[in-house]
Amino acid sequence: MTDHVQQTTPPRQPSRLARFRQSDLWWSFTHKPSAIIGAILLAFLIVTAFAAPLIAPQNPFDPAQLELWNSELPPIWEVDGQWPYVLGTDTQGRDMLSAILYGSRISILIGVASVALSLAVGLSLGLVAGYFGRFVDNLLMRIGDVLLSIPTILIAILVSAVARQMLPPELRDVGSAAVLVLAITLSAWVQYARTVRAQTIVERGKEYVQAARLLKTPARRIMLKHILPNTLTPIMVAATLNFGMAILTEATLSFLGIGMPPSQPSLGTLIRLGNQFLFSGIWWVVLFPVVQLCLLVVSVNLLGDWLRDALNPKLR
Amino acid sequence: MIVFLIKRLANAVLVMLAVALLAFLIFRFAGDPVELMANEQMSQADRIELREKLGLNDPFVTQFGRFVVNAAQGDFGISYRNGQDVMKLIAERFPATMELALVATILSLLIGIPLGVITAIHRGRWYSEGLQFVSIIGVSLPSFVVGILLILVFAVTFGLVPAFGRGDVVQLGWWSTGLLTASGRASLLLPSLALALYQITLVMRLVRAEMMEVLRSDFVKFARARGVPRWRIYFRHALRNCLMPVVTMTAMNFGSLIAFALITETVFQWPGMGMLFIQAVTFLDMPVMAGYLCIVSFIFVTLNTLVDIAYAVIDPRLRDATR
Repeated sequence: MTDHVQQTTPPRQPSRLARFRQSDLWWSFTHKPSAIIGAILLAFLIVTAFAAPLIAPQNPFDPAQLELWNSELPPIWEVDGQWPYVLGTDTQGRDMLSAILYGSRISILIGVASVALSLAVGLSLGLVAGYFGRFVDNLLMRIGDVLLSIPTILIAILVSAVARQMLPPELRDVGSAAVLVLAITLSAWVQYARTVRAQTIVERGKEYVQAARLLKTPARRIMLKHILPNTLTPIMVAATLNFGMAILTEATLSFLGIGMPPSQPSLGTLIRLGNQFLFSGIWWVVLFPVVQLCLLVVSVNLLGDWLRDALNPKLR
Repeated sequence: MIVFLIKRLANAVLVMLAVALLAFLIFRFAGDPVELMANEQMSQADRIELREKLGLNDPFVTQFGRFVVNAAQGDFGISYRNGQDVMKLIAERFPATMELALVATILSLLIGIPLGVITAIHRGRWYSEGLQFVSIIGVSLPSFVVGILLILVFAVTFGLVPAFGRGDVVQLGWWSTGLLTASGRASLLLPSLALALYQITLVMRLVRAEMMEVLRSDFVKFARARGVPRWRIYFRHALRNCLMPVVTMTAMNFGSLIAFALITETVFQWPGMGMLFIQAVTFLDMPVMAGYLCIVSFIFVTLNTLVDIAYAVIDPRLRDATR
């Protein structure tokens, strides 16, 4: 008997990569130029940001490498431009290209961390609320109502300002990244929680969940292994678009002076610092960080737009 | 209908109470109010007396109750930074922010609606596709970046309009307006445009989507068959049927426009409520922060509630649908 089974093993499954290349998702990707542009641009920006220590001419965090006589140099294509300061230097003699690369790395890391944290909080609370209903559900949705009735940017500003105040002074510089992640998470988790909750309520009534319940599967296992995978499609779209939002919120907070400190500048901090010199003729200290931030967010949004259309069953 | 009205109002009051709780928690527990108010010379006895006078030794519920009662009467206490009445400070700055937000709203409708109609009618032409692409970029650009770029181009490079401040203002009773002077209007141009850009793209996309749907409907075909001129069909027959959602969105977004104005105000040094708030945040002036939060949330919640009620008045089906 066992011999027989062994003889008729099913044809070998194609590899994951091969299956992915057969999928609708890949097809729609290759047929949407804006998505391809977005993906290439984003990949380029991420790689250059994380390779910053290798490719940047200077470590902008190391004061020993800053030389004041090199300050306010214009970009290389202007008359006074100097190698290796391709995009010029700021008033401290900091190389703009290096500052932007290191700054992007901080911006991207904070964006990823806040999306990951809001996903973790939103998914677990949404699952629990949708699966158990009643009290937890009511409480959670009321909290969500309140958070949604205050403009999100206000929540982020308040949390960031208050949390920084609570930190002991010696931790303020180190802790500001963590505070930013917390602030962005608090203003973003509701959306995930609502989406997952709605989907969970639908899935909970289906036969496969009832079957799992009859088999006495623990609730935690049903939620994580059975329901969660079926709620992930809209979550993927929301997470991509929220990644762009998170980077923007971080940049806005840093621009307002309640985000990353000048010693650890993100793109927003660089823009804030450069903004002070808007009328002094050194336009490159503000324009290049602005362009980098826009490229980053636009590339994420192009991907998010594509993903939303590609995963939307109504548009198939 | 009355049941719906009561439920909706109760909901709004609950949300406002929660916001007040948040504001109170910030005021009371983010830093000790006595330490923030006291100066260096104050003795320990004075501090204890101040603590007693402010009622900080009372039970939590009593303190919160007092905060809510005072806030409902527009009393948010005294600014830590300059000792002025918070409500007076906010009231002084209120007209500047309102003018900015109102002008931005008008701009977004004046620019967004025609663009939406044009891209819907001339679908597939290069300029429509171009506008669609630009609108993605418009949604992606943070408002402070838009502000900086506008300043760089129009104020620094061409020197056409002022980049900072409000220009000359005229007092009309307690309302100060910049609309009556030339410098006031010129100063308003860039900030309101920067604030409106996001809204313009939203209106444009919404009008475009609605128009494309309406243009497919039977009454438009009938109007065409009757030989009504094309522009009349587009702007009189079709556009009218698109305006309802546009009006709703504009009303709903007005609250967040006021909140987002704080970024625009910071970029353009616009003396509005938002700049007051950001200054309060950097100086940890808790009463001003609490007051601003309550007032902006109040505007936000009131608008949302009004829109909901207006919808229920227009469409009776919605009265039972909401919990």
